[in-house]
Amino acid sequence: MSNLTPPFSPGASPQDEPRRSPAGEGGPAAGNISDSEREDLRQHGILLTSLEELYGWGRSNSIWPLQFGLACCAIEMIAAATARFDIARFGAEIFRPSPRQADLMIVSGTVTKKMAPLVVRLWNQMPEPKYCIAMGACAISGGPFKQGYNVLKGIDRLIPVDIYIPGCPPRPEALLHGLTELQAKIRAEHVSGPQAARHLQADSASEFPIPDYGAHDLEPPHNPDLFKPPASPRAEGLKN
Amino acid sequence: MRAVHDEFHGDLLEVSMGPQHPSTHGVFRMVVTLDGEQIVKLKPVFGYLHRNHEKIAESTSYLSSMPYTDRLDYLCSMSNNWAYALAVEKLGGLTVPDRAQYLRVIMAELTRLVNHSCLVGFLFNDLGTSFTPLLYAFREREKILDLFESLSGSRMMCNYQRFGGCRVDPPPAWLAAASALVDNFPRFLDEYETMLTGNEIMLARTQGIGPMGAAQAINAGITGPCLRATGVDYDLRKVDAYGFYPRFNFRVPLGAHGDTYDRYMMRILEMRESVKILQQAFRELPAGPIMDPKAKLRGFRPKVGEAYGRLEGPKGELGFYLISDGSTNPWRYRVRPPSLINLTLLEELCLGRTIADAVVILGSIDIVLGEVDR
Repeated sequence: MSNLTPPFSPGASPQDEPRRSPAGEGGPAAGNISDSEREDLRQHGILLTSLEELYGWGRSNSIWPLQFGLACCAIEMIAAATARFDIARFGAEIFRPSPRQADLMIVSGTVTKKMAPLVVRLWNQMPEPKYCIAMGACAISGGPFKQGYNVLKGIDRLIPVDIYIPGCPPRPEALLHGLTELQAKIRAEHVSGPQAARHLQADSASEFPIPDYGAHDLEPPHNPDLFKPPASPRAEGLKN
Repeated sequence: MRAVHDEFHGDLLEVSMGPQHPSTHGVFRMVVTLDGEQIVKLKPVFGYLHRNHEKIAESTSYLSSMPYTDRLDYLCSMSNNWAYALAVEKLGGLTVPDRAQYLRVIMAELTRLVNHSCLVGFLFNDLGTSFTPLLYAFREREKILDLFESLSGSRMMCNYQRFGGCRVDPPPAWLAAASALVDNFPRFLDEYETMLTGNEIMLARTQGIGPMGAAQAINAGITGPCLRATGVDYDLRKVDAYGFYPRFNFRVPLGAHGDTYDRYMMRILEMRESVKILQQAFRELPAGPIMDPKAKLRGFRPKVGEAYGRLEGPKGELGFYLISDGSTNPWRYRVRPPSLINLTLLEELCLGRTIADAVVILGSIDIVLGEVDR
């Protein structure tokens, strides 16, 4: 029996193991069993888990990204889906063209001011729980095109971003690393209580206002709930 | 999507395809008016990736614009570098050493292999064979990108050419690996063609679809494989004879019908010719310096004047037009993007066809939005 693993058993790699409850906290179902005892039982083919862990494990291994490329990084995103890098190993190979079926938005490339309202609309159309990866320098901050008059200086001004992947463009391995980081983040989410995941909290926003493509800039240029412009030392000095 | 009324056609449907659409190759939008499934009107909408390439280049030095050219047509950074370097070399009166000329030909032809293999992969995606041909195409692309990365440090954004030469001299091991790759490349093409070129569905979906006439193509300024598919013998490698191309023996494949099938075959045949050019280049590559000793990269100030450098990119005639006022920045910097100009015939090719054909026609024209919108 010891070499049989149940279908929901964590795989051999450490990143697939269910989240351990912090010592002393006593998670919902981990009860009074310590990690070493659980590991001992696992050696004998007995898997103890909590519904929360199982739920997180299942969700983290079936992330469906939105099939949505913006610029150069999209080519590396496609490369991550092809045979050499094979994003299917992480359960994220099903790129859905419809936002209604997607869990993850990979903002892969430069977001221009003309495109930004559409990105926010796509984000609003995605059902919860949903996550966002800002892939590449342009999606993070505008990147090399930051000085351009038509480039949004980071998608986190309009929608919340979970993972940032630097690079211009990031290698496909970097995207896979970002995806595993996101998986770890999903596995660590609670389903209830004050520390419940963002989408389970009643007062957290799921949809964000879509800016207008105005005559000179986006209106508003950023979402004040999400993004605070950095304080200018000069303005502070003038105030004092 | 909305209903529109037309006094000749009756009730029509206006559908907005894109900018987020799996088959528009980026953030391209087509506003298509449909009578049933037939296209009555097609209006392309651009600008979703307009990232101020030209304006930024006017405020940065000549050298700093080189990395931006990588991001223009992000599948073919090496060709873009070369086209820009050609323009600056004309402006500054620089010459390029023999070895660098050969290296440029090698890089440009490897880029053509990358671009065309990706294109045929994406084209079959548009035809409905979702993803499998693309896997084969990207397998080959990865091999070439490994070479680019080991030479220049980046897979896609190589930033390899400089005005007056090239940045890095490839070691003998690199040349041996590249030569072996090129020798094996025809096997990929044979495999690919065996599986796909004679396929009955492929023939039905591409032959006679979106035919382009020679006069029509010339009138619209179409260049590259799309023009040659109509039978017009116009290849800048022969016409302009830039670089060391006159030293190479290669043929320019020509089509007869200008339809989607011919445009597809142009790419396959061009890849076969590129392999011949590359094999010859690896045989004849001379030793020597790779940079013009007169070239001054930092603080480069050309004389007042203007220059247009162009080359046969994988998508067509890629040109850079520079006006210098004697300072470190170009006063005007203009790109002649083959993707945008080849796109101008899209509506004429698609009228009367179904919406599924429009997807295939767009795929066969081969656009990259980074170059269309700049």
